[in-house]
Amino acid sequence: MTAQSANGGTITLTYREAVRAALREALESDPRVFLMGEDVGRYGGCYAVSTGLLAEFGPERIRDTPLSESSFVGAGIGAALGGMRPVVEIMTVNFSLLAIDQIVNNAATIRHMSGGQFSIPLVIRMATGGGKQLAAQHSHSLEGWYAHIPGIRVVTPATLEDARGMLASALACPDPVLMFENALLYNEKGEIPADAGAVDIDRALIRRPGRDVSLITYGGSLGKTLAAADSLAGQGIEAEVVDLRTLRPLDDATILASVRRTRRAVIVDEGWRSVGIAAEVMARIMEQAFYDLDAPVARVCSEEVPIPYAKHLEEAALPQSDKIIRAVEHLMGNHG
Amino acid sequence: MTRKASQTALPDRAQALDLLRGMIRIRRFEEKCAELYSAMKIRGFLHLCIGEEAIPVGVMPTLTNDDAIVATYREHGHALARGMAMGAVMAEMYGKVDGCSRGRGGSMHLFDAATRFYGGNAIVGGGLPLAVGLALAEKMQGRTNVAVCIFGEGAVAEGEFHESMNLAALWKLPVLFLCENNLYAMGTALQISESNTDIHDKAAGYGMTSEAVDAMDVLAVEAAARRATEAIRAGKGPYFLELRTYRFRPHSMFDPELYRNKEEVDAWKRRGPIVTFSQRLREAGLLDDAALAAVEAEVEREVDAAVAFAEASAWEPVGDLTRDVYTEEVAA
Repeated sequence: MTAQSANGGTITLTYREAVRAALREALESDPRVFLMGEDVGRYGGCYAVSTGLLAEFGPERIRDTPLSESSFVGAGIGAALGGMRPVVEIMTVNFSLLAIDQIVNNAATIRHMSGGQFSIPLVIRMATGGGKQLAAQHSHSLEGWYAHIPGIRVVTPATLEDARGMLASALACPDPVLMFENALLYNEKGEIPADAGAVDIDRALIRRPGRDVSLITYGGSLGKTLAAADSLAGQGIEAEVVDLRTLRPLDDATILASVRRTRRAVIVDEGWRSVGIAAEVMARIMEQAFYDLDAPVARVCSEEVPIPYAKHLEEAALPQSDKIIRAVEHLMGNHG
Repeated sequence: MTRKASQTALPDRAQALDLLRGMIRIRRFEEKCAELYSAMKIRGFLHLCIGEEAIPVGVMPTLTNDDAIVATYREHGHALARGMAMGAVMAEMYGKVDGCSRGRGGSMHLFDAATRFYGGNAIVGGGLPLAVGLALAEKMQGRTNVAVCIFGEGAVAEGEFHESMNLAALWKLPVLFLCENNLYAMGTALQISESNTDIHDKAAGYGMTSEAVDAMDVLAVEAAARRATEAIRAGKGPYFLELRTYRFRPHSMFDPELYRNKEEVDAWKRRGPIVTFSQRLREAGLLDDAALAAVEAEVEREVDAAVAFAEASAWEPVGDLTRDVYTEEVAA
């Protein structure tokens, strides 16, 4: 299943394969690294990310766990304290709520609470997001909750390069890193350099330059936002697309530099509107760039409803390109 | 099986006095803490282990310096018996910068990398998965160290207890589970919170060796801990000790003790680990008034020095408030 179609210094692969390649590289390069989670071994991973790794690395390092999120996430924290570099996979962010005690009360606190004596070099990966008709217990985007917590880092790889490169940097980081992989991205396919490697995990990136409005997004909404920007270009509106990449710490400098250039901003966030990441980004823009704005900052988020099963309702609940386009048109129409 | 004190032979005089001194040291330290709490030098929650001193003093001599320990918010005794400096522990109670957690933890969160003391954990049950993970790290790195996990019987009702018991037994990890059964989870008696009050039975149900121990007897605790750690180091997987004990003081400084009567407390006090062990040593001719006075005087000097150290320690500058949240400071 690995990407092998080398093509002039690039390879073609899926997001899933990019994450798997990152895992394989980490397992090969550092004997302290191991993968642990529900169905990561014999089943091959609930989203097939770890397929084949059990055969390569054996059951000591590709560890199937019982259905006990709290204990295996806590065991990951303990193993990190004890000198290992665990990668813990939780099937979806909804299930991470069964382990939130360990993440919030232990992983995030122990460094500070011990007066700096202990570090937790742990990576927790989990799927997030809707769009697969999995209804309200498998489709939520709760990464913003975790981004509220000092002591952990929250990263959201949205591209193949980031899926390939963020894990190495997260494992090199002495602090706990939560990596949110939007489930709709796993089948995304494309080319990356054959020698693609580690990428930073603390900077936002401009994915599409533009002069008229900054569209600030992350994770599974990046593709929809880029599509919206393409469509807007047809109307003569040049949108700049900023990929946050990391929700904690937020890269204020990149966000603000973009907004100061374009003087308008729309935040696109698959989390719910109230008390979310979009609200945080808006607040920072208001605090630091209010007088550079030509229009109120806007946001496109999920509707305030548990994500429904029926396809048309689910689509209506999530941010979509047409909603982003309408939000920009509204902004430009009123204030352009 | 529950072993009676008389079944355990006395050690030689020096060892016996070490055990007695260890317990008196914890008792006097905590009595001083209670006094300092009333004097408002110590704030927050303060959970005393008075009555339960035989557990840390019995267990710690069976560990090596490389073993790892995860404790609860009632962990002063364990920290002291483990060898953490009393001054650093007292300074932590004060919230001073020389405290063992730089004043970030307080009474409930004593940490010490030098002795592999991974904290008092103040979420009931929250420390068990950590200990399982520490044990996993030992096993995966080919070491024979033990991860010691201390928790109260209240934790047995938590899901994390059962998840952790299963994982430790399933993976045959080197965990020593020490359940301090003092019969009350705050004010909720064991018999009104557990369908089966024989806690060691639950461990047996997960397929691990388990014992119930009279934890008012320091020698019984030490003997059981030695059996357990030897089995664990021999690669036999986790081991569970239900340590039957009693806390003489309220749950914390805010507890009016409406849930138990004085007669019950007094009956347990008569079985107290210090009073019974002292009596046994006297009967065996290993302790007299002069020797006891010498122990008390030595402990008093150490406690006084710890208080002086805490008093003299500085407050951390507020400018350092956000240090040690991340490894390197990040503008969040």
